[in-house]
Amino acid sequence: MAKRVVIDPITRIEGHLRVEVVLDDNNKIVDAYSSSTLWRGIEVIVKGRDPRDAGFMTGRICGVCTYSHYKAGIVAVEDALGIEPPLNAKLVRTLLDYSLFYHDHIVHFYQLHALDWVDIFSALEADPIKASEEAFKYVPKGYNPIATGADELKEVQKRVASFAKKGDLGPFKNAYFGHKTMRFTPEQNLIALSHYLKNLEIQRIAAQAMAVFGGKNPHPQSLTVGGVTCIMDLQDPSRLGEYLTKFKQLAEWTNRAYYADIVMAAEAYRNEPSVTQKNNLGNYITYKTMQTGKNSFLFDACGYIKDFDLGKFYEIDESKIEEDVTHSWYKDTGFRHPYNGETIPEYTGYVDGESIDGKGDVVHTKVVNPKGKYSWIKSPRYNQEPMEVGPLACMVVNYAKGNERVRKVVDEFLAKTNLPVEALFTTLGRTAARMLQTKVIADYGIEAFNNLVENLKVDQSTVSPYKIDKNKEYKGRFIGDVPRGMLSHWCRIKNGVIENWQAVVPSTWNAGPVDGNGKKGAYEHNLIGMKIEDPTKPLEVIRNIHSYDPCIACAVHVMDVKGKKLGEFRVDPLYGSC
Amino acid sequence: MNDALMQKMKERINELRKLPGVGSKTIKDVLEENGISRRDFLKWSASMAAMLGLSSSFVPVVAEAAEVSDRLPVLWLHLAECTGCSESLLRTDTPSVDDLIFNYINLQYHDTIMAAAGWQAEENYEEALNKFKGRLILCVEGGVPTKDGGEYLTFGPHAETGLEKLKRTAEAAGAIIAVGTCSAFGGIQAAAPNPTGAVGIHKVLNKPVINVPGCPPSAKNIVGTILYVILFGALPAVDNFNRPKFAYGLRIHDLCERRGHFDAGEFVEEFGDTGAENGFCLYKVGCKGPYTFNNCSRERFNQHTSWPVQAGHGCIGCSEPDFWDAMKPYEKPLADNYLASIDADATADKIGITILTVAGVAIAAHAAISAMKNPKE
Ligand code: SF4
Ligand code: SF4
Repeated sequence: MAKRVVIDPITRIEGHLRVEVVLDDNNKIVDAYSSSTLWRGIEVIVKGRDPRDAGFMTGRICGVCTYSHYKAGIVAVEDALGIEPPLNAKLVRTLLDYSLFYHDHIVHFYQLHALDWVDIFSALEADPIKASEEAFKYVPKGYNPIATGADELKEVQKRVASFAKKGDLGPFKNAYFGHKTMRFTPEQNLIALSHYLKNLEIQRIAAQAMAVFGGKNPHPQSLTVGGVTCIMDLQDPSRLGEYLTKFKQLAEWTNRAYYADIVMAAEAYRNEPSVTQKNNLGNYITYKTMQTGKNSFLFDACGYIKDFDLGKFYEIDESKIEEDVTHSWYKDTGFRHPYNGETIPEYTGYVDGESIDGKGDVVHTKVVNPKGKYSWIKSPRYNQEPMEVGPLACMVVNYAKGNERVRKVVDEFLAKTNLPVEALFTTLGRTAARMLQTKVIADYGIEAFNNLVENLKVDQSTVSPYKIDKNKEYKGRFIGDVPRGMLSHWCRIKNGVIENWQAVVPSTWNAGPVDGNGKKGAYEHNLIGMKIEDPTKPLEVIRNIHSYDPCIACAVHVMDVKGKKLGEFRVDPLYGSC
Repeated sequence: MNDALMQKMKERINELRKLPGVGSKTIKDVLEENGISRRDFLKWSASMAAMLGLSSSFVPVVAEAAEVSDRLPVLWLHLAECTGCSESLLRTDTPSVDDLIFNYINLQYHDTIMAAAGWQAEENYEEALNKFKGRLILCVEGGVPTKDGGEYLTFGPHAETGLEKLKRTAEAAGAIIAVGTCSAFGGIQAAAPNPTGAVGIHKVLNKPVINVPGCPPSAKNIVGTILYVILFGALPAVDNFNRPKFAYGLRIHDLCERRGHFDAGEFVEEFGDTGAENGFCLYKVGCKGPYTFNNCSRERFNQHTSWPVQAGHGCIGCSEPDFWDAMKPYEKPLADNYLASIDADATADKIGITILTVAGVAIAAHAAISAMKNPKE
């Protein structure tokens, strides 16, 4: 008899997400549904406003990959108005991107994802001396491990032990520790636990790195349509030095901890089927990101691969990006290009059903209606095909295109872990790809900084001038990869104000419901076939979902009310013209 | 005043001492076991006292209060938000977030960092509500959608709406802190035309709510407010919008590093110009510092690394009610009549208006001329 397991909330993510899986008698997943439970409506709010304000508002789509939507909102308007920002501005934006990717990826792995892999209480049984020796095995050539000296590890044990003794585990309460699919030895758990704690300190450095040229983090505030505002910081060598130091500290951490821990996970988990099962969806799409010089990008592929085939790279045709809402809580039929997005909310809720609770009893709960609508997330498609986005897509598509830096980093990792290239197309591979993307930044990203310093010697400009003609209609977009994958913002400007705004965000590609053609997105598709040890503790599902680094608040901002009055946009007559 | 405060604090500590701890050990024991020296601890207490605007005579009392603070469990509820406020909390360094969790507060539920998920997470939630009824510190991040019964946000296998869950949780709370502009005033989702009917949480609750606005608020303001509740056992002194005065008592403009240029009439006219290179005042490119009550110009962000004005961008007024509508456009000056309608601290406002009108005559004239040129704008 088929059993249904509802996981709501999926915690340690950004936003509100429910996942439901249907299990057969052997606890194998035969069907899966991903449903977001919050809708905020930011695009409709942006309409009718000054296009120069859009970036600040779209920035609030997400406070985790904070900066992604801010930049996208600014660049989409620049694209519409035909503005080419000065090279300095472009490179500063890249430096902000680096700090964002560093921050997002390390916080994701240590603070959000690690508890799916690491058993904190097993670490208490470890031998710290053995653990400190073992840590040397995993670092890349030429590096020493960090935060794993025997004394340091003893302190970590002591600290956590006394916390545990207090009798209330606070945020670690009721976790899946001791789960059969947890594969680290006590020593490996201790290494990872020490890094979990240390990363709380390191992530502050990444945030500071963003604040140097961004003013603050989260939600930096130094971009403007046409360029950047941090001209004083750029003309101050000590400020440049501050950034450089932080960049290097983060690069060190990437090599000495993050890289090493993923190698360690690859070794320990290679025989755990739930993380090495090959994905079902073999399509991956990415867009170039991180400009490092006049015409160079760290990740330069704008394309996709199909059916896991790394031998064939396809270029993107932007007109083939569309969204469908057949199973999303919006009115509409068919696929639509984002420039013509049309969606009216139509909440139909969940239906009454039965599922297994945390004790294994069958109980009445709400469940998704697979025949109807069941999520606030739309289903973006490329040429009507579902695609996976994210660091894994970025790595494999750049690999297929022949990006040499990506190839080098990926090949070295596969050699070190003795894994075949197919291992990339798994939960483990997805988690590894996020680290590998960080490693490419750590190893080669500094080029953008150096080019900025060179360019500042001859050119101090930070903003390009422009004019908005109220009698003209404009349209433009931003496309690029952000920490969770390919992001695009599409805007139309009319009468000097925003007429339409659509954001096709990474998590919608991955987390969207089944589309009108019956094709499932990455979350749902890739869960099918996975076996669960214990339906009351579905850690395998959570680990898989976390490996995408879900960003659900970002996925559910979407709405475009066509033909509906958008409210009054009071324009004060005293506001000056530009 | 100080004596009364001291007295209040001491009473509070005695009261707390009588409460059952959540564990058998006190923070002090834990600290000692962890090798955190008394000296380090006092150093921390001193910085905390300074942040809360207390004199050094309070340092030992702050330390004492922190030692009993684990008796106060914290529950963090996410509503309609972007998680920026939680991210901001993560950046705290005095105390650092691990110190906060391991030593100073008893974090019962926070879905961005907790280990449990699904049914196990739900269980933790309900347990916290029952076990700590009446003395939970409830921190809410995000606005609450109210339109159509609140259907724009649901939680858990039974799909309870955010509105119901918030109300139910507030029942068990001893203090409620609205973290961020979203939960304080509705935030971005409440901007016109507010498609989900999002509001600040105080609109749907009948208990006092302390507002810690900002998009996001700095880690200092979040942690400082939580600690205030712990230290004093009461809600801090607040302004008309229920914002703690220790953090929101002054305008950004009052302590801004560019203030001298404002008073001298030296302005950035366009981003990237020579005024920008020289650090002139950003008022004409939209700075809302004169209308915004917050401590960014004093505390800055990310361990004092920077703040928007230092990075050459004006303040957008993110700690003010409805700022997404009231402060737009973000890169142009507001019309002067905005000042008349704002309803924060009345005296401070008057002072602000005077300064603005004196130094800002030229700006007002500029705005009026522009308006004449293009009345349709
Ligand atoms: S107040 Fe700002 S940072 Fe906080 S959740 Fe709302 S939009 Fe995000
Ligand atoms: S207007 Fe803004 S930049 Fe100018 S002095 Fe005031 S707060 Fe500072």
